[in-house]
Amino acid sequence: MKSFLRPIIVSGLLLLVFGFGFPGLLWGVAQLLPQRTAGSPVVVGGRVVGFERIGQKFTQPRYFWGRPSAVDYNAAATGASNAGPNNPDFHAAVRARLDTFLQHNPGIIKAQVPVELVTASASGIDPDLSPAAAYVQAARVARARHLPVAQVQQLVRQHIEQPWLGFMGPAHVSVLRLNLALDAARQ
Amino acid sequence: MNVLNALLLFGAAALLAWPTGRYLARVYAGERTWLHFLTPLERGFYRLAGLDPARAMTLGQYVRALLAVNAVWLLWGLGILLIQHQLPFWNPDHLPAMELTQALHSAVSFLTSTNAQHYSGETGASYFAQMAVFTFLQFVSAGTSLAVGVAVVRALGRAEKTANVGNFYQDLVRSCLLVLLPLGFIFSVGLLLTGVPMTFEGAGAYTSLEGVAGTVARGPVAAMLSIKELGSNGGGFFGPNCAHPFETPNFAAFVLHHLLVMLLPMAFVFMMGFYLKRRRLALLIFGVMTAGLFLLLVPAVLAELHGNPALSALGIDTGAGNLEGKEIRFGVFHTAYYNALNMAIPAGTLVGAQDSFTSLTGVPFMLLMQIDAFFGGLGTGFLNFFIYLIIAAFVASLMVGRSPELLGKKIEAPEMQAATLVAVAQPVVVLACTALAAWVWASTPSAATTLKWLPNPGAHGFSAMLYEFISAAAGNGSGYESLGDNTPFWNLVPCLAMLSGRFVPLLGALFIAARLQAKAYTEPGAGAIRLDSLTFGGLLLVVIGILGALLFFPALTLGPLAEYFEGK
Repeated sequence: MKSFLRPIIVSGLLLLVFGFGFPGLLWGVAQLLPQRTAGSPVVVGGRVVGFERIGQKFTQPRYFWGRPSAVDYNAAATGASNAGPNNPDFHAAVRARLDTFLQHNPGIIKAQVPVELVTASASGIDPDLSPAAAYVQAARVARARHLPVAQVQQLVRQHIEQPWLGFMGPAHVSVLRLNLALDAARQ
Repeated sequence: MNVLNALLLFGAAALLAWPTGRYLARVYAGERTWLHFLTPLERGFYRLAGLDPARAMTLGQYVRALLAVNAVWLLWGLGILLIQHQLPFWNPDHLPAMELTQALHSAVSFLTSTNAQHYSGETGASYFAQMAVFTFLQFVSAGTSLAVGVAVVRALGRAEKTANVGNFYQDLVRSCLLVLLPLGFIFSVGLLLTGVPMTFEGAGAYTSLEGVAGTVARGPVAAMLSIKELGSNGGGFFGPNCAHPFETPNFAAFVLHHLLVMLLPMAFVFMMGFYLKRRRLALLIFGVMTAGLFLLLVPAVLAELHGNPALSALGIDTGAGNLEGKEIRFGVFHTAYYNALNMAIPAGTLVGAQDSFTSLTGVPFMLLMQIDAFFGGLGTGFLNFFIYLIIAAFVASLMVGRSPELLGKKIEAPEMQAATLVAVAQPVVVLACTALAAWVWASTPSAATTLKWLPNPGAHGFSAMLYEFISAAAGNGSGYESLGDNTPFWNLVPCLAMLSGRFVPLLGALFIAARLQAKAYTEPGAGAIRLDSLTFGGLLLVVIGILGALLFFPALTLGPLAEYFEGK
């Protein structure tokens, strides 16, 4: 064989294995779990209302709100704010978010507001809140839904996902799951 | 609890790396392994390609073969990215072609295992490009790093004088088919189980609980995730990389990512121990790497837990630390820990946005990235360490007044010249390129509105430019994403850093190893330097500190340190 062809043939074979064979094989395995490997869509009443791990935007007082997002929860073009720690625009945005939050949650004081509720996430579609950031919104949600605060707090408690294997990583609450449970509780 | 978790994960990676290292040693020695059933695949590959894997190659032939396949891959990648919109399948979302300089940057970036991305996966690359260009290049560039790493180890172990450095194609094919393929498959299936998507259906649509329509980008994600970390590549399927919930849906996936990033760089050190039958030396190297890594990692994690003073001043609850640009399911501790690991290992698969880390974190992060030998990249980290090893052995020998040698082979002027060239080339290229960028920025009238490179004011902008070049030269590929990097300047100039950062250490280390194996072996005498002694380990750390770190301090004072004092 002509020696200058060898690199091309080797590359072509490697391309077949890794560019097509490997993804194809994995796709075949993925078909055993079609829901999960399609991104775990959440279906309610025959309608896709979201994806299990993709955060979505909540603005109404009757829902728990997720974290601020630099991309407005656009899951087709995700990203962070990429603001430097000293950036004055970033500081102004944080102050504005804090004001908005306090305005919509009367009775809550600054010291109760966890930093995650005024800072943007890395993906822009963070699906979770810490338990503290959910509890601090319970009074607002209860008022908007005319429910006892204790019942809403109880719902939050039920939706806390404990660390993996009981000790790995932080405990957190899925905002979409929690809000779905709220809607279900109303009926 | 967090500290315990981190130590547990690190320990688990090391435990897994030990048998993997033994497996690697057997693969490259051509011995029978428990994955014996893959051997027909390897043989079939040689037959189809018309290769004779036993054919010995000289240094020149080995290098020519390496450069030839790399040239083919570069042209393939560049070509496909330019015509991806015309290909009839695997582009369900009808994404357009890349612009020329962006395509060149992306192709070079994946060829050199850097994986800096000036496009965003969900909007810039069709599924075809993600698989046939990016995933493919991630496998073969990792295979190339591994091949050269192995060639160097093999050369160090040869007792007889020979000009034969091995067969490049055999090293490449074994690395790809017997190492990366099985490991990649196992871990990709693991990631599928945690909920990482693997679909060719295109974007998903939903209507939110509040009645607003939304679109969710997805794709054959799981195929890319394992190799991007196994091969120290780092190119994510989505823009935010591992921070995206489809790349790391939960903590179980986080654990898999952690194991993937650390596995092969650790295993390579053990492999060297098994292959050369010098386990004590391997353990010493492992110890030095671990010590150096944690020396720089701990301050970064502490700075993040301490948080941003500007936010604490608002009177809110900042107990969780610096959460801007971080995700709740990992928390501040694990985000900082995992990002630090991804500085040391140039995968650069971040779970948090680097820009928004506290100013001081930039110092250990850029140092870890620059040193690139505290484990470092698959194969390449060991090559960098090998360069430091030669220099340290040289210094130590001179200190005790003996003629310098390494593992029984004399170190002479050409080897030292090559080692010094490799050790100095990277800092010189990085600093020169950063100086050029700073000069262009400073000499452009009203640069903030015309160039739009640096949306963050002050010293942060300098940090972003410095980081981009260190990352390019180290093959890391992560970035301060605020940098307006999809411009001809930022697409073209870093190519220089990526190419030199990739091929200078690769070829330099190979050159030194080939020269060493052509020399006669002399049994070390009574007064010889013991490479596996703690004293030498300490000296090694100092040499790495001087060469890798001190050169960068002037630049770091202009970047992250100046930024820290701005925030005071």
